[in-house]
Amino acid sequence: GKPARGEVEDRTLLVDFLRNELRLTGTHVGCDTSQCGACVVHVDGLAVKACSIFAADLEGAEVRTIEGMANADGSLGVIQAAFQEHHGLQCGFCTPGMVMSAASLLKDEPNPSEAEIREYLKGNICRCTGYHNIVKAIQAAAGQLSPASAAAE
Amino acid sequence: MPDGGIGASSKRREDVRFLTGKGRYTDDMNQPGQAHVHFLRSDVAHGRIVRLDTEAAAAMPGVLRIFTGADFTDVGGIPCGWQITDRQGQPMLEPRHPVLAHGKVRHVGDPVAAVVAETLAQARDAAEAIELEIEALPAVIDMRKALAEGATLVHEEIGSNLCFDWGFVEENREAVDQAIRGAHHVTTLELVNNRMIPNAMEPRVALGEYDAADEQHTLWTTSQNPHVIRLLMGAFVLNIPEHKLRVVAPDVGGGFGSKIYHYAEEAFVTFAAKAVGRPVKWTSTRSEAFMSDAHGRDHVTKIELAMDAEGKFLAVRTDTLANMGAYLSTFASCTPTWLHGTLMAGNYTTPLVYVNVKAVFTNTVPVDAYRGAGRPEATYQLERVIDKAAREIGMDPVELRRKNFVKPEQFPYQTPVAVVYDTGDYDATMDKLIEIADRAGFPARRAESESRGRLRGLGIISYIEACGIAPSKLVGQLGARAGLYESATVRVNATGSISVYTGSHSHGQGHETTFPQVVASMLGIDEKQIDIVHGDTSKIPFGMGTYGSRSIAVGGSAMVRATEKIIAKAKKIAAHLMEAAEGDVELADGKFTVAGTDRSVAWTDVTLAAYVPHNYPLEDIEPGLEETAFYDPSNFTYPAGAYACEVEVDPETGGVEVVGFAAADDFGNVINPMIVEGQVHGGVAQGIGQALLEGARYDEEGQLQTGSYMDYAMPRAGDLPFVAVDHSCVTPCTHNPLGVKGCGEAGAIGSPPALVNAVIDALQSGNIAVTHIDMPLTPSRVWAAIQSAR
Repeated sequence: GKPARGEVEDRTLLVDFLRNELRLTGTHVGCDTSQCGACVVHVDGLAVKACSIFAADLEGAEVRTIEGMANADGSLGVIQAAFQEHHGLQCGFCTPGMVMSAASLLKDEPNPSEAEIREYLKGNICRCTGYHNIVKAIQAAAGQLSPASAAAE
Repeated sequence: MPDGGIGASSKRREDVRFLTGKGRYTDDMNQPGQAHVHFLRSDVAHGRIVRLDTEAAAAMPGVLRIFTGADFTDVGGIPCGWQITDRQGQPMLEPRHPVLAHGKVRHVGDPVAAVVAETLAQARDAAEAIELEIEALPAVIDMRKALAEGATLVHEEIGSNLCFDWGFVEENREAVDQAIRGAHHVTTLELVNNRMIPNAMEPRVALGEYDAADEQHTLWTTSQNPHVIRLLMGAFVLNIPEHKLRVVAPDVGGGFGSKIYHYAEEAFVTFAAKAVGRPVKWTSTRSEAFMSDAHGRDHVTKIELAMDAEGKFLAVRTDTLANMGAYLSTFASCTPTWLHGTLMAGNYTTPLVYVNVKAVFTNTVPVDAYRGAGRPEATYQLERVIDKAAREIGMDPVELRRKNFVKPEQFPYQTPVAVVYDTGDYDATMDKLIEIADRAGFPARRAESESRGRLRGLGIISYIEACGIAPSKLVGQLGARAGLYESATVRVNATGSISVYTGSHSHGQGHETTFPQVVASMLGIDEKQIDIVHGDTSKIPFGMGTYGSRSIAVGGSAMVRATEKIIAKAKKIAAHLMEAAEGDVELADGKFTVAGTDRSVAWTDVTLAAYVPHNYPLEDIEPGLEETAFYDPSNFTYPAGAYACEVEVDPETGGVEVVGFAAADDFGNVINPMIVEGQVHGGVAQGIGQALLEGARYDEEGQLQTGSYMDYAMPRAGDLPFVAVDHSCVTPCTHNPLGVKGCGEAGAIGSPPALVNAVIDALQSGNIAVTHIDMPLTPSRVWAAIQSAR
């Protein structure tokens, strides 16, 4: 990760700070009621909808976005690779939030059941895939992740 | 032959950028000096603007200019792309659709003013300071009331809320009436095809830019068809010559039809960028999307199916009210007519069909094509009424369908509704479905459910759709104001790699992966040697874009034709290099060979010779290796298949759980099975969403009660099962070079009737005499139906 700083208005949301100030446009905005999950990022290790918190409240916090999910050499991380392998994305717009949510799930529950995956993803809306291949991708990633690497994802 | 090519489940190359946050969506674009626009939208459904004072707002910090309807009286209205001729031979009524409301507002969300400011927050703040007074008029919401004598008019100047009264096939009307009067059995069903809000996950965005020195406009927009936007907006709205207008649709986050149309916001930012001398950007909020993206479906229908004593279908007659909303969107008039009436024969040999459609203006958001567009409406009516008919005459619903299927030996099959099905095998997909849905095991599963106090139902349907839109000459006769061909340019580079410029647009379909597979197979080279360029009118040939499951069937065919031209020219060059007769040159595995010899030249030898023509037949052919083709299909394609939905119903609560879903499709030849299956998964999810969860609701005053994800129920992961998909039944399309039919819409077409049939089957199995429930089948609706039946 890299340190980032910027001056923001009190009302600036984290997602707007990421997109407009830091130009990290991988985190998307799909709704204005904090329900679609396209903007999920990790704040101090926890999955958070970046439209639901103010940037000004996060001084000193560690924020991880989709841009930070690939391996150090730039290759896709385990979850990202599983999404590609299992065609877990189509238009790609919900994808960053899906990957961030999946990473959070697998950190807490390295071997979730299908029902647990579907339950966990209720805060992430996808219009393209019918979730079929998203669930498959997460199942596949779960099988590949050791507990240690799951924690690192 | 390298790996990949036609038939391979090549992994998607576009995924890497999407998975790493490097996608390039329109909202990710920013231009130097960019200003932002916020639209002040009407919060009443119908009314006169009696006061619109922007003076105080214009003085707010950061405001550059505030626009109102008065600024747009000298430009055109947003046009409709399809003219319908009514039963009396008259053209449909076409009211003006202004860029910004002028004089009247006609739906909640109608834009009244637009504030352009340095920042979005400043634009929003200033919009709150605009003094707007609207004198409310009675809202016209219910379609029947809209057509009643003395109803308030949405558009006074056209004199009626009836856009058109369309009959098809008008000449058959009397014969259909007669057949129904004389039939052994007639099954009647009244149903509603619920209004959908498309909800592509990426909200619409438009960014306009103007270069005064070159008089050059650029519009970045979330579109499925940038050339269509350029044509409609340039020629009909803003009067910008096409060479001075570039439209770019970069990565687009889903469309489902809603991003086909030319929207007022696109015209606004293009106009405003010149007027204020700054790039102007608009990003829709989701709330705005709910009240400004074209909605889908919204039909109220009565269908009658006449049968003889053996269950042979004799005639189908339908009466439909189709909601147009407040203005005619780009393809609004075509959806309930030609995309709907022409499918009313379904997979069956019904000899007589009459479809009446009355299109109605109401004070609601415009309605237009949504995934499937007209064909889901047709399929829903037919497959519901057939299921009801089977129950009434005591025949197995699958057997009733089989008895009436068009049989393989009957193709090409002339339907009574204009279209000619080129090929198909409906028994084959039904057989496959029954296998993959394990119909044989259903009684045991039902018994197990019953042991837990649940009712289990199995709903089975057949569907057919007309895709690969469309033969230009035919659609021109039917009222289309555009051609519906597709284009491709194949540019071979000197060292053999290839850029393909396609008029198709990918917004989730994976063209960047599948289109190279086709060219790679034709040339015998690695698909990684080929890239696709799409979405930018300054780069691609004039193309009609992506909708109606047309990309591979029409766009792919154009690419094949262009590649064939490349091969023909390359063979001439190869023949020259090998001093052989052109007719003896064969291309295989990326190598040109003189037939029957071991003389050969590599693909790259030929491509290099084309650009470094030192040893080249310059007297016969030009240097270079680049070809363009426009492909106009000679017919539609007709994907077809059979779907099964299995549900469990809790009779105490009315709760419905989808416990199984199977789809057996005949898409013709398949380029990339992985992507095709993904399309079916997504389509089925949208159909299940429509049947179980989704539905736009307006109250009597025209307030949209389902205006956010808090009250419009999108399907979530937990609402859906895995979907069993099969596409092994293949009858290749007979009239396009790849034998492909298209797969994007099937899932959304076949799944709603399958689900509703399943719920009715479940209730009937519990001796609950419910014959129909309108979508969405929410627990309250199912519970109410159970109570009224008891």
